[in-house]
Amino acid sequence: MTVSARRRRTGLAAWGFALPFAVLFAVFMLLPVASSLYMAFTDMHGADLKTPWAVNFVGLDNFVAVLGDPKFQQAAGNTLYFVGVAMPLTLGIALLLAVLLNSGLVWFRSVFRVGFYAPVVTSIVAVAVVWRFLLQPDFGLVNSALGMVGIDGPRWLTDEVWAMPSLIVMATWRNVGYSMVILLAGLQGIPRDLYEASAIDGAGAVRQFRSITVPLLRPTLLFCAVITGIGYLQFFEEPFVMTQGGPLGATNSVAYEIFNQFGFGNYGVSAAMSYVLFVAIVILSYLQFRLLRTEK
Amino acid sequence: MADDDAPRRRRLTPRAVVLNVALLVGLAASIGPLIWMVVSSVKPEGEIRQFPPTFLPDQLTWANYTELFATLSFPRYFLNSVVVAVIVTVGSVLFSAMVGYALAKLDFPGRRTLFALVMGTLMVPGMVTFVPLFVLVANLDLINTYAALILPFLAAPFGVFLMRQFMLDIPDELLDAARVDGAGEFRTFFAVVLPQTRPALATLGILTFLGSWNNFLWPLVAVQSADKYTLPVALALYSTGQNTVQYGLLVAGATVIVLPILIVFLALQRHIVQGISTTGLK
Repeated sequence: MTVSARRRRTGLAAWGFALPFAVLFAVFMLLPVASSLYMAFTDMHGADLKTPWAVNFVGLDNFVAVLGDPKFQQAAGNTLYFVGVAMPLTLGIALLLAVLLNSGLVWFRSVFRVGFYAPVVTSIVAVAVVWRFLLQPDFGLVNSALGMVGIDGPRWLTDEVWAMPSLIVMATWRNVGYSMVILLAGLQGIPRDLYEASAIDGAGAVRQFRSITVPLLRPTLLFCAVITGIGYLQFFEEPFVMTQGGPLGATNSVAYEIFNQFGFGNYGVSAAMSYVLFVAIVILSYLQFRLLRTEK
Repeated sequence: MADDDAPRRRRLTPRAVVLNVALLVGLAASIGPLIWMVVSSVKPEGEIRQFPPTFLPDQLTWANYTELFATLSFPRYFLNSVVVAVIVTVGSVLFSAMVGYALAKLDFPGRRTLFALVMGTLMVPGMVTFVPLFVLVANLDLINTYAALILPFLAAPFGVFLMRQFMLDIPDELLDAARVDGAGEFRTFFAVVLPQTRPALATLGILTFLGSWNNFLWPLVAVQSADKYTLPVALALYSTGQNTVQYGLLVAGATVIVLPILIVFLALQRHIVQGISTTGLK
């Protein structure tokens, strides 16, 4: 067999391997990504569902309308509030747990690791239902426990001030384990003798944490921050199940607003909102790379 | 328990005691809600609403589950969730392994373009594509079908990326040896490559199954008739559509979704946690 015939055969076999994925990927990923850009610049509505090409090109109208819409502005503010609090909280607790579990003082490390990770495998819808029950103001576990120590707990999910913190706590509870497990693996990759050497030089635990742990863990922290940030920017199930975006829009998120506009049949507007969210995801990831990248 | 506890001596210093007690409190906060979910699901509604609450049920009842499975269509939703998750898992893991192998080990025209497209869409979230995807699926006349729930998830860029990374580590000599023995590309793939990547296949399979089982947005959008609902869709719509909320029924529904996954997780926890860690470090 000649070299070129052999190469042709390898090429054919390779495309044979790639074909099922490539076809599905082109139809169900590349096509929607491309057409969402198209849709965002049209006045497409539910009535145009079967005639998606017979719509009017409206330029930037959708984006202007979206950015000027007070409801979207509120949802964007809520989303920033959610991400701005839940992300540092999640990563902070995850890092604390990982460092403690790695300290060598913990008796049953694998029990703790499994226990803290367990919420990660749960369905958000299911645990949101459970948390609605926990936070029920009259007989929920949280207010019952507070009542026993004489505190009259708020009506968590129907209170404009408390609704968002409730969702933040629930999301943090659900997601801490993921970053914890990855950070723990990162910590185990830091050579022990670095700590021993610095201890001989007189460095205490805090100094070691700042000068060894954090710098060497930067890439892992970055990974956790990006994954957590992308997930949190799209938070949707929590308000859908727990508050329906209320009270008075206090927990309405950008993702929930995209879904609602889609439900109203405003496909063009909805696609434009999706792009705003996507740009936010890209910007957040970029900022995290700038902030956490390994110093040269 | 696991062997990573074994080599260290359990020291009983005041610091260790304080630390372990603090972690135990944290552990209670972490798994407490899940335990509360399970114990509440076998209490009658009256006991659920009483103050102070009971921990273990005074009066054990299966009424919530009977209603879910006999009156509401939970057997159907459960079956839908299983069918979709199994097909998505098997299909997408197989396709990811196949294309991952081609990208890692075979030279073919279009390889760089394909890989660039996969990497470019790695971070594109479902929130951004679901509207055009809905329009597409509607025009294929697939709304309210299993195909709508399954097909979009068979092509998973993350899976391809993961498989490619693992396939890169397979030594070329191993593949050459199989080819010298006269094995064709497909024999080589199934007899040599796949067995080599078993841990990666398992990790990706578990992650894919979990993702499908817990998926909510797309099934909510893609099916409108109840006979195609998956469990999360059914529970979410039921929990927001009730006039008077029956918490017993809702936590029983949540238990049906979460408990099977938790049991599997506990059985496979070492592999899962290790798998997750490696995906983070790759």
